[in-house]
Formats: sequence, structure tokens, C-alpha cells
Amino acid sequence: MSEPSLPELVIAEEEQSPTGGRRMVLNMGPQHPSTHGVLRLLLELDGETIVSCQPDIGFLHTGIEKEFEVKNYQQAVTLTDRVDYLAPLSMNLGYCLAVEKLLQLEIPPQAQWMRVMLTELTRLNSHLVWLGTHALDIGAMTVFLYCFREREEILKIFEQFSGQRMMTSYFRIGGLALEPPRGWHERIKTFLDIFPSRIDEYENLLTNNRIWIGRTKGIGVISLEDMLDLGVTGPMLRAAGLKMDTRKDAPYSSYEKFDFDVPTRTENDVYARYLVRLEEMRQSVRIVRQAMDGMPPGPWKADAPHVVLPDREKMKTQMEALIYHFKIVTEGFRVPEGEVYQVIESPRGELGFYVVSDGTTNPYRVHMRTPSFGNLQAVPKMVEGILIADVIASIGSMDFVLGDTDR
Amino acid sequence: MLPDHLKEQSAAVAVDAFDADAIQGGKSEHGELTLEIAPAKIASVCGFLKYDQKFVRVSTVTAVDRYPAEPRFEIVYHLHSIERNERLRLKCRLAGADAAIDSVTGVWRGANWYEREVFDLFGVRFLKHPDLRRILMPDDWEGHPLRKDYPIMGPRA
Repeated sequence: MSEPSLPELVIAEEEQSPTGGRRMVLNMGPQHPSTHGVLRLLLELDGETIVSCQPDIGFLHTGIEKEFEVKNYQQAVTLTDRVDYLAPLSMNLGYCLAVEKLLQLEIPPQAQWMRVMLTELTRLNSHLVWLGTHALDIGAMTVFLYCFREREEILKIFEQFSGQRMMTSYFRIGGLALEPPRGWHERIKTFLDIFPSRIDEYENLLTNNRIWIGRTKGIGVISLEDMLDLGVTGPMLRAAGLKMDTRKDAPYSSYEKFDFDVPTRTENDVYARYLVRLEEMRQSVRIVRQAMDGMPPGPWKADAPHVVLPDREKMKTQMEALIYHFKIVTEGFRVPEGEVYQVIESPRGELGFYVVSDGTTNPYRVHMRTPSFGNLQAVPKMVEGILIADVIASIGSMDFVLGDTDR
Repeated sequence: MLPDHLKEQSAAVAVDAFDADAIQGGKSEHGELTLEIAPAKIASVCGFLKYDQKFVRVSTVTAVDRYPAEPRFEIVYHLHSIERNERLRLKCRLAGADAAIDSVTGVWRGANWYEREVFDLFGVRFLKHPDLRRILMPDDWEGHPLRKDYPIMGPRA
């Protein structure tokens, strides 16, 4: 949250530029509709061209990393949802995997596959919101309505699983929060049968649309070297030809058992990022279908009574289960001393959880390496020298979430 | 001097060959390699790791406050090599009084915001940083919230 010393609420400050043209500082955000949250960009303009850009973040900082330190490990799962609120299950997964690594817990196959399936649905959910709002920014309103129609179905699936549409907290340390609901198979099958044709629908509206192409092709180009240096990850890199995807490079939660491609393009512009994300949606559908068809039977939570809450029935009938239940609920469980850095591929890019334990029931320190924070750092490099109208398309193609940035 | 248990880690061996005084310790746990680097050497070691050992990305820079123990701060760097498909954690320990360390923004420009975040939330200064300002908290904020002696609730000490 910081300055250049601008008078409050004054939109422009003008000065004579050395080139003779008049320069102006434009304050875009924090309430600008296309910044999707509260991002403030200070744009220095020469006519309509951006001379320099300074992002100002922190408006949504809620001290979540501090709050981790006063919650016990299981309670803290609910905090992760609220960071990247468009991909809550990815956040749950990253955190749970990190703590499970510290605990050296073995997660049963069904829980792992369920996690993969739901995380991929989350990716669809997130990409749909991105596509809808990105198109809306550029002026294609229909796509927004179509995307939210399908997103609604995904949210209903999440509600069926967890009882919550958005802040699901469905993954817990040791497995899942609840037994998968009856009828989930049919529900997801119905969705998968219809969804690929819906992607075609979006493509019909946009891919060959002259206005869309005009607004996105050749816009927002930034070199791969710059992106790597500045910490950009995810679809942005893949649209520049680099096949970097944690699901393939360092598979977690049995991603190695799934057959999918990592789409890449080389044009490295807003249009290429759009194509990459659309293809990712098709690949996610493939993964969800494989997970649904091949869902292994067996338990959905780990056999670790000191960590995982016992079944309700056992808790009521067995003394031992009751004691464990009481201990976990009142005190939490202890996690061996150590530190881990767990990286997963969130819809936006590389999501890292750095968890430090001092052997007690609360995390000593949790740091979230969130993809939006890294990506946003490249905004100045990307928009300098382009027209102000293209800023909207450029930052839209980054797909950041401000909750994810500010934590 | 390189501890014996790190002699099979190629990144550790390479850093040791580059500068024998740089490594102060380290461990390999949960399949993750951690090297403790002398704070004065951090910028040169990072430069070596990036240009010679292909760690082209800094994934994140963060800190851990070990208050009241001394040295109080651990500055933690997570590096990533795409070519080697390998990750590496570097750690520097800093005493609490006027904690400062060289910035690595000269090696990776992307470290800029991460170091600003550590400065903002922990109060550790990064020397030769191009733009060391608060990033998440308001400019006029007093104190550094992620320090362990910063109260969770109630008035600030």
C-alpha cells in the first residue's frame, strides 16, 4: 500500500514531459471493475501510451499467515479457502499435502483420487470465472453469462460434497472431511457429458471472433526470460512455450496415474493465454472423467487415529475412539518438528506452502507462495509501452485473484 | 566446511567448491535439501546458483522469527531449477538487533516483492534493494505483524 505522493482522489497530475508531450498520472483502481478486486495501478501516460506503471497491492491483506499461528493444524484448513477464493480446493490440497508430508501420513487411494477429481473441477471453476470476466472486460458479455451457468453446476457439485458452495474446506489433513455423498457419480457424469460441448460454445463465440482477435492477438507480450526472472508461473509460461506444470514435473496426490497433456503455445500474447486455458479445461475434463471411472474403492481417510477424527458410530461405542476424538477436538494433534515446502499447480500457477513445525499442535509458521503475487510483479514490464486500452486485456490475461495476492 | 551428510548432494558440493566458507550447515529432510548460507555470502551464492547451477527461478523469499532465541531471524529462499527439475532451500540466520542482509534482487528481479514483504512483516532490511517500502501493510503502520512478539489482539506493545 503506498504512495507516489498524489493528492487524495485527484485523478491526474500533469507535468511537462521531456519529449514535449504532456504526461499524466492516472490512478486505475482500487475500485476499477476490471481489476477484479482491489488492485491499484498507477499509470504514467504520454497521450494514450503507458510510460510507466506501478502496482499498489495490500488492500485485501488480512493477516492470514499470522492467523495460522494461533489455529491448530486442522482448524487452519478453513483459512486456506479464503486466500484464493476462486480455487479453494487447490488451497486446501496444498496445505494438507504439506502437513501430511511432515506427519508422514499415507493417504488412501480413494481420497487421493477424490482430491484430484475435485481439484480439477476447481480448475474448471476458476478458469470459467476467468474466461467470463476477461471476456466481459473486453466487451463480450454473452460469454460471461454462459460461463457462470456452467460454474453454477460445479458449485452445486461442491455443495453436494461438502455442504458449501465456495469455502468448501473439504480436504482435511488425513483425507476428506466427509464421506463422498451418494449419487456424486451421476451428478458429475451429467456435468461431464454436457460440458465439452459448452467449451465449444465459448470457442464459437470467441476464437474466430474478429473483435476478440483484434483485442487480444499480439497484445500483452512479455519475454519468457523476463517472466521467469520476475516470478511468473502457470498458464502465462505455458503460453510462451515453456512446458512447466507441477502436476507433471513433481506429481502429487497420484497425478502420475492420470493421462493428460500440458497444452502450450508459443505466441505469448493474450490470445495464446486464452487458447492455453481453454485447452486446459478440456484436459481437466479428461482427468475428471478418468478419476470418476477409475475411482478406487476403500477408505476415504487415513488410518491414523491420532490425527483423523474417528467415525461417529465408533466414537459413540468405543472408549478409545472417544478419547482420540476428545484429544483431537480439544487440543489438536502434534506434528513432528521440521519444515516442508509443498508445491502444487493451482489454476493460476505455482502454489507453494512452506510449513514450519516446532512440534506443537499449532503451525509455527506458514508461508504461502501464491501465484497471483508472483504474476502481478510482471505487470509493469508487460504494460509499459502499450496503449491504455490494452492494459485491461493484458492484466485480464494474467488471471490474478487479489485475495491470493494480499493474503 | 561441507558436513559429511551433504556430500552426496550435487548442489551442496557445487556451492562448497564455489566458496568453501559459504555453507554453514544443512540437512536433507522429506526429500528437500536445505543449505545454511553465511548471510554475507548470500548474494554471491545466489548468483552462482542461478548462472552456473541453472536455478533460474526464485520461487519465494520469506522469513521465520525464532524469538526469543538468537539469532532470531531465518531468511528462507526457495529456488527452482526447471532444467534439473530440482528445488533447493537456502537459509540465512540473522541476529535480531537491526537485522539486515544483502538483497538478491540483483540476481532475480522477482525477489523484489518478496523482500519487500519480509521487510514489511518482519522488519528485516535488505541492503541494496531498489525500492524497499512496505507492500502489504499501510505506509504509516507501526511494527511488523509477523514478528512473534507482535500481539495477536489488544493494543500493540
